[in-house]
Amino acid sequence: MSEIKDTILEYVKNEYLEEGDDREVTYDTPIISGGIVDSFSMVSLKVFLETKYNISIPDAKASPEAFDSVNNIIALLKELGVE
Amino acid sequence: MTDHKPYMKPYEEEIKTFSWDISKNELGYKDGDVINIGEYCTDRICRMGKGEKLALIWEGYTGEEKRYTFNDMRQLTNSIAKYLTELGIKPGERVCLFMDKVPELYFGFLGVLKMGAIVQPLFSAFGPESLLTRLQDAGTSAIFTQKKHLPKVRNILKDLPGLNHIIVVDDDGVKPLREKETAFNMDKAERVDSFDIYPSKAETPSVLHYTSGTTGKPKGAQHVHYSLISQYMTAKYVLDIKDDDIYWCTADPGWVTGTSYGIIGAWSNGATQCVLDAGFKSESWYKFIEKHKISMWYSAPTAIRALMKDGTETAKKFDLSSLRHLASVGEPLNAEAVIWSKEAFGIMFHDTFWQTETGCIVVSNYPGMKIKPGSMGKPFPGIEVTVVDLKTSVPIEKKGVVGMIAIKPGWPSMIRTYWNNEITYKSKFQNGWYLCGDRASIDEEGYFWFVGRDDDVINTGGHLVGPFEIESALLEHPAVAESAAIGKPDPINMEVVKAFITLKPGFDQTKMLELEIMNFVRKKLSALAMPQEIEFVDTLPKTRSGKIMRRVLRAQEWGEEIGDISTLENDM
Repeated sequence: MSEIKDTILEYVKNEYLEEGDDREVTYDTPIISGGIVDSFSMVSLKVFLETKYNISIPDAKASPEAFDSVNNIIALLKELGVE
Repeated sequence: MTDHKPYMKPYEEEIKTFSWDISKNELGYKDGDVINIGEYCTDRICRMGKGEKLALIWEGYTGEEKRYTFNDMRQLTNSIAKYLTELGIKPGERVCLFMDKVPELYFGFLGVLKMGAIVQPLFSAFGPESLLTRLQDAGTSAIFTQKKHLPKVRNILKDLPGLNHIIVVDDDGVKPLREKETAFNMDKAERVDSFDIYPSKAETPSVLHYTSGTTGKPKGAQHVHYSLISQYMTAKYVLDIKDDDIYWCTADPGWVTGTSYGIIGAWSNGATQCVLDAGFKSESWYKFIEKHKISMWYSAPTAIRALMKDGTETAKKFDLSSLRHLASVGEPLNAEAVIWSKEAFGIMFHDTFWQTETGCIVVSNYPGMKIKPGSMGKPFPGIEVTVVDLKTSVPIEKKGVVGMIAIKPGWPSMIRTYWNNEITYKSKFQNGWYLCGDRASIDEEGYFWFVGRDDDVINTGGHLVGPFEIESALLEHPAVAESAAIGKPDPINMEVVKAFITLKPGFDQTKMLELEIMNFVRKKLSALAMPQEIEFVDTLPKTRSGKIMRRVLRAQEWGEEIGDISTLENDM
C-alpha cells in the first residue's frame, strides 16, 4: 500500500501544484479543504484513481472528505478492495 | 438582536414609492458629488461612529483567524492606496487582484479604488492562459498575488510587457523575488491614517469583471463608482443586512457576487462580515456558521445542493439558530432546495437573479414576500424588468410565455461598456432594452420563472464558461482534431462541461487519454472549464458551412427536441 500512497502523493504534487509552487504536501495535508484540489478538479483525481487502479468509485463515496488527504484516499481505496 | 422587521416595505407598496434618491439620501450623495466606493465603505462608516465595529472576521482552512475593525480597514486600505501611488500607478490604470480569499484581496479591492485605479479581480484558480487573456485585454499595470500563484504569473510575464509590478502579499524572503516583483505585507505595513482619496465621480470607471460569452474571448464588463447606489440599496433591501447581523457571502471576489455583495454592498451598509478561505465541506461550513453566529447567509445553489446531498441530519448536528435570513445566487435555485432549507434551517433560501453586467440584484424574492419555490421572484423596485420576444425584442404581454429577460437601461450599476469591445456592448441592447441572454416567463402574479440561457454559454456552479475558450484549448492538445463543448445536466452544479472530441489519426480512445485531455484544459484555463466528461466521437454535427452545431449535441444530452437541422451537413 505504501507504493500506492507514494504514487498518489506524487500525482497530486505533479498535477495540482503549479511548477515552482514549493508547498509541502504530505500524506496528511488537506488537499481539498486546503485548496490544492478544488471540487471541480476532484473529478480528474477520481478518474485517475479509477483508471490507475481499475476500479469504479461510486459518486456517493467520492466526497470532499474522502478525498481530503492522501491518507483518506488510501482508506477509500482499501474500502473498495484495492490492496 | 434588534427589530428584524424587513427594511423593505411590502413589495406592492415599495414599488409605488421607491426611487434611487432613497439610496442617495441615505449615502449622503448628491448628483455631481465625488463618489468613491473605497471611501464609502471605510472612512464614511468610521465617521458614522462605527470605527471600532468589526468589519471582517477571516478564517483560513487551518483555523487561523484574523479580525479587523472598520478603522483597521480604513487605515489598511489607505496603506494599499499609498503603496500603489508610490509605485507610480496612476488613476485609470488597471490593477489586478489574483489571490485566494485572503484579507489582502478584500482590502486590496478598496485600496485600489481609493487611489483611482480600476480594480480587476480574477479568480485565483484560473490557469495561465485564462489569466493571460484577461491581463492582455485589460492592459493591466500591476497585479497583487500570493506565492502559490506566482509561478502562473511568471509563466506568462514575457507576453505582458505592460505588467510592471507583481506585488506578492505573503513573501517570506526564503526565495529571492525577480525583476518587477515586490513584497507587500499588509499586516506589517505602515498604517496610513490619512490618504488623499481620488475624487472619482459617478461615471469614473471602478471595476473590471471578466465574463464569458459564446464566441470570442472573455469580455471585461466595466462598472463605475456610481454602482454603489444600487449595490448599497439592494444589499439593504434584498439581503436585509441589519447593524447587528453577522453576514457571510460565500462567493469569491474573483466573480461579481464576491465584490458587489462580498465587499461593496456589505461594507457600505457597515456590516460585519465573515470570510472562510477554505474548500467546501458541509461540516466545516456549518461549524463556521455556528462558531461566528452568522445571521445572514448569501450562498449559491451549487453549495446548497451539496449541503442537501449530505442530509438534514448533518445540519442538525450544529447549532444554526443564529441564521435569520438566507439568499442564493448564481443559477436558478430549484424548488427542492428551497423546501429543503426550510427543513434544515427552519427558513427558506430567497433566490436572487442578476449577472456581471447588471452589477446588482435585479429580480429577487424579498424578505416578507411570499416565496414561490423555484421562482426567481419579482423585479427590484426602481428597475424595470420584463421578458421580450426572442426575435423582435418587444415585451411579451401574455402571462406564462417564455421570452428573453430584458431590463430598461438606467439603473445605477448597469455595465457601462465591455473593455475594448464597444461593438459587443451595443449589441446587448435591442429596441430600448438591455438583453440578459437568459430566458424566462412571468406568471399572473408577476413572478419570474427561469427557463435557461439563450446561447451556448455554460453555467457551471454559478459561473459562466464560454464554449469557445474550451474548444480552443482542446484543439491545442496534440491528439484532438475537432472539439465541441456544451453544458450537460448535473445534480449539484446545474451544468458541467462535457466535450465531444474527434481524434487525429494514430490516437486511441482510452481512459488515460481522456484524463490527459481533462488535465490539459484544467491547467491551461481552470478547473471550471475542465470537461468533467469527454466523449470521443467519429464526427461532429456541422452546418454545410462547417460550423459545429453545439445545440444538436446539447439537445441530445438534455433529451430535448433537436429543432431545425435543415442546415446539418452530416448525420451523427
